[in-house]
Amino acid sequence: MSNNEEWDLIVKPKSSWFEFNFKEIWRYRDLLFMFVKRDIVSTYKQTILGPLWFFIQPILTALTFTIIFGNIANLSTDDKPKFLFYLAGTTCWNYFADCLNSTSGTFINNAGIFGKVYFPRLISPLSVVISSVLKFLIQFLLFVAVFIVMYFNDANLQPNKLMLLIPFLVLLMGIMGLGLGIIVSSFTTKYRDLRFLISFGIQLFMYITPVILPLSQFKGIMKKVVMANPMTPIIETFKAAFLGVPNDYSVNGLFYTTAFTVVVFCLAILIFNKVEKSFMDTV
Amino acid sequence: MSNTVIKVENLGKQYRLGDIGTGTISHDLNRWWARVRGKEDPFLKLGEVNDRTQKGISDFVWALKDVSFDVNQGDVLGIIGKNGAGKSTLLKILSRTTSPTTGSYKVKGRIASLLEVGTGFHPELSGRENIFLNGAILGMTKSEIKSKFDEIVDFSGVERYIDTPVKRYSSGMYVRLAFGVAAHLESEILIVDEVLAVGDQEFQDKCIGKMKNVSSSGRTVIFVSHNMAAVKSLCTKGILMSKGSIQYQGSMQETVQEYIKGMHQHSKFEINLKEYRTYKSSIIEFSKVELENLTEGSNKIYFNKNIKINFVIDCFEKIDNALLDCKINTIDGVELIHAMNQYSGELHSMDIGSYSLNLELQNNLQPGTYNLTFGIHRADGRTLEYVENCLPIEILSIASDDSTGHKYDFKLGYVRANSDWRLQKI
Repeated sequence: MSNNEEWDLIVKPKSSWFEFNFKEIWRYRDLLFMFVKRDIVSTYKQTILGPLWFFIQPILTALTFTIIFGNIANLSTDDKPKFLFYLAGTTCWNYFADCLNSTSGTFINNAGIFGKVYFPRLISPLSVVISSVLKFLIQFLLFVAVFIVMYFNDANLQPNKLMLLIPFLVLLMGIMGLGLGIIVSSFTTKYRDLRFLISFGIQLFMYITPVILPLSQFKGIMKKVVMANPMTPIIETFKAAFLGVPNDYSVNGLFYTTAFTVVVFCLAILIFNKVEKSFMDTV
Repeated sequence: MSNTVIKVENLGKQYRLGDIGTGTISHDLNRWWARVRGKEDPFLKLGEVNDRTQKGISDFVWALKDVSFDVNQGDVLGIIGKNGAGKSTLLKILSRTTSPTTGSYKVKGRIASLLEVGTGFHPELSGRENIFLNGAILGMTKSEIKSKFDEIVDFSGVERYIDTPVKRYSSGMYVRLAFGVAAHLESEILIVDEVLAVGDQEFQDKCIGKMKNVSSSGRTVIFVSHNMAAVKSLCTKGILMSKGSIQYQGSMQETVQEYIKGMHQHSKFEINLKEYRTYKSSIIEFSKVELENLTEGSNKIYFNKNIKINFVIDCFEKIDNALLDCKINTIDGVELIHAMNQYSGELHSMDIGSYSLNLELQNNLQPGTYNLTFGIHRADGRTLEYVENCLPIEILSIASDDSTGHKYDFKLGYVRANSDWRLQKI
C-alpha cells in the first residue's frame, strides 16, 4: 500500500491543540439549522401563548425590577425612565445568561446523541447560541418598540451614534457566553460540581453587573470589582446608546472586554478540542 | 490493494474502572506532570487484559488492544464475540463517538453509523420535523432528505401521523419511522450495531433485507451482532473478538465456526438450588444439579444436541421405588415436556448416602429459552423434593457441527416431532 494514498479521514489518539475545522462545520450547516429550529419550535410547543412568551418574560422581569428596585427600594437609575432602564439591562443580561447557561450543559445534555453519532460537536453549542441570538433579536425589537414610545413622551432620552456598536455588542456577548459556557461544559464532563456553581453563579454575577444599579452608584472597592467584570462595558454601552451617554462613560472598557472575549474563546476552543474526543468515557 | 476503504492499525482503548470523578484530579495532575517531564503516561502501563469475570489488580483496563484490520470496498464485515469482547468499543471508535487511546485508523469516504435507531428524535416535534432532524444528525444534507422524504414516509408507513408529535406515536411507529430515515442513508460506509435487530419479526426481516440491498449496491457495511444466523446470511468477512483483541479473521463461515469452537472450553453450569426448592423433606434432596455439554459456562445448548444433566442426591432415609421426574416449561410457564423414570418402567431405590445421577434427554426443542424442574417422589406420589424452574436452558439456533443447523431465523412451535416423510412418484 502506498503512503501517498488519499484518505478522507485519519483518526489518531491525540491531535493538535488548536484545530478548528470550519470546513466540517460548514458541511454540517443543515444540522446546525435543524438544531436551531428544534430549539425554537420545541420551546413553546403545547402552550397557548406560544412565541408571545418571548415578550412576556422580559416585560414581567423589567416590571418587577421597576416596582421593587425602582419604587420600593427607590434605587437610582440616573434619572432615566425606570422601566426602560431595567428593560435594557435585562434584555442584554438574559441573552448573555442564556448563552452561558445553555452552552454550559452541552456535553451532559447531549450525551445521548454524542454517544451514538458523530458530527462536529461544536455544532451543538453553536446552535444554542444562534437560537439565543434569535430570541435576543425578538426581545430587542420589543425594547426598541418601548423605546420609541417613550422617546416621544419623555425628553430625557438621548439616543446617539453608539447605537452603531449594537451588532458588535451582540456578537461580543454571544462569543463570551459561548466561550465561558464551553469551558464550563468541558469541565462538567468530569467534575459535576461546576453545574451547581454555574446555575446560581450566573444570578450572583448579575449583581456585580450594572443591570439594576447604574455604574455611577457603585463606590470604592465595589466599583473596581464591577469595572473588572467584562460584561459591564457591554451593558453600559448598550444603555448609553439609547438612554444617553453618562459623564463618566468611556469606550475604553470595550477594548478590555474584546480582549477578554478573544482570550476566553481561544481557550474554550482549545479545551473543547481536547475534551470532545473522549468525553464519552468520563461523562 | 487500492480499494481498501478502512485501514485500522494497532487500535487500543483504555478505560478507567470504578467511580469516575473521585481521584481524577490527582490522576490528571500526575499524567500532566509525567508529560511535562517527557515520561510515559503512568496510567497507561497499568492496563491489563479485559476479563470481566476476574478481579483485576489495577483500576485501568484495555477494552481494546492492538486491533488491526483492513476493510475493502464492498465488504460486508461481521464482528462477533462474547459480551465484553470489545465489539461495541470498536464500533464506537470507528463511528468517532470516542477516540482511541493508542493506534489509528484511516477511512475513505463518508461513514454513517447506526448504533441506535431514532437518535436525537425530539418527542415534541412532528414526524416530518423529526425526519429532517434525524437525517441531519446522521449526516444527510437537507436536499438529500427532501429528495428521499416520500420514500422514507412510504417505507415507514406512518403517513397519516406525519404531522403529529412523535411522543404520541406507538413505539412500533416510532421505530419504523426512525429506521426509515436510517435505511435511506447514502454513505459509502455503514456501521450497524445489533440494536437494529430489536422489534418484531417483520421489522427484523425488513432491516436484514434493507442491509442486503445496501451491500449489494457495492457499499461497505460493518455489522455487529450476536445473531449467528443473521451474520452468516449477511456478511462475507468476519472478525472474532475476544478480550479486546482479534482472535480470528477470515470468511464469515469460518469465523462463526471458530466462535462456536471457543464456546466449548468451559462446560459446566451450576445453580443454587435453595432458591428454587418448593417442596422439601428431611428424607432426600438434590445437593447439586449440573448441566453438561454447554457453552462458555452458561446455559446454552446446541440445536439438536442431547441435554445432559448430572445430579448429586443426598439420601438421609432409605427409600424404595422412588419416582424421579423432570419437567420442561417454556418461559411463559407452559408445561411442554415431562420425563420420568417410571415411563421407561424403572424405579430407583436408595439407601442412606450420596448418589450421583445422570440424566440424558433427547433434545427436540426449537431454539429458545426453557426452564427445567426436577422432583423426587415416593412410589405413592407424595413429593419429597421439588426444585421448580431451577435450570434455565437456551437452545441455540445453530447446531454443533453446523450442518444440521436451524437455518432460518423463524421458528414454529416449541418441539420438533420426529417424523417420517415418504415421497413416491405415482
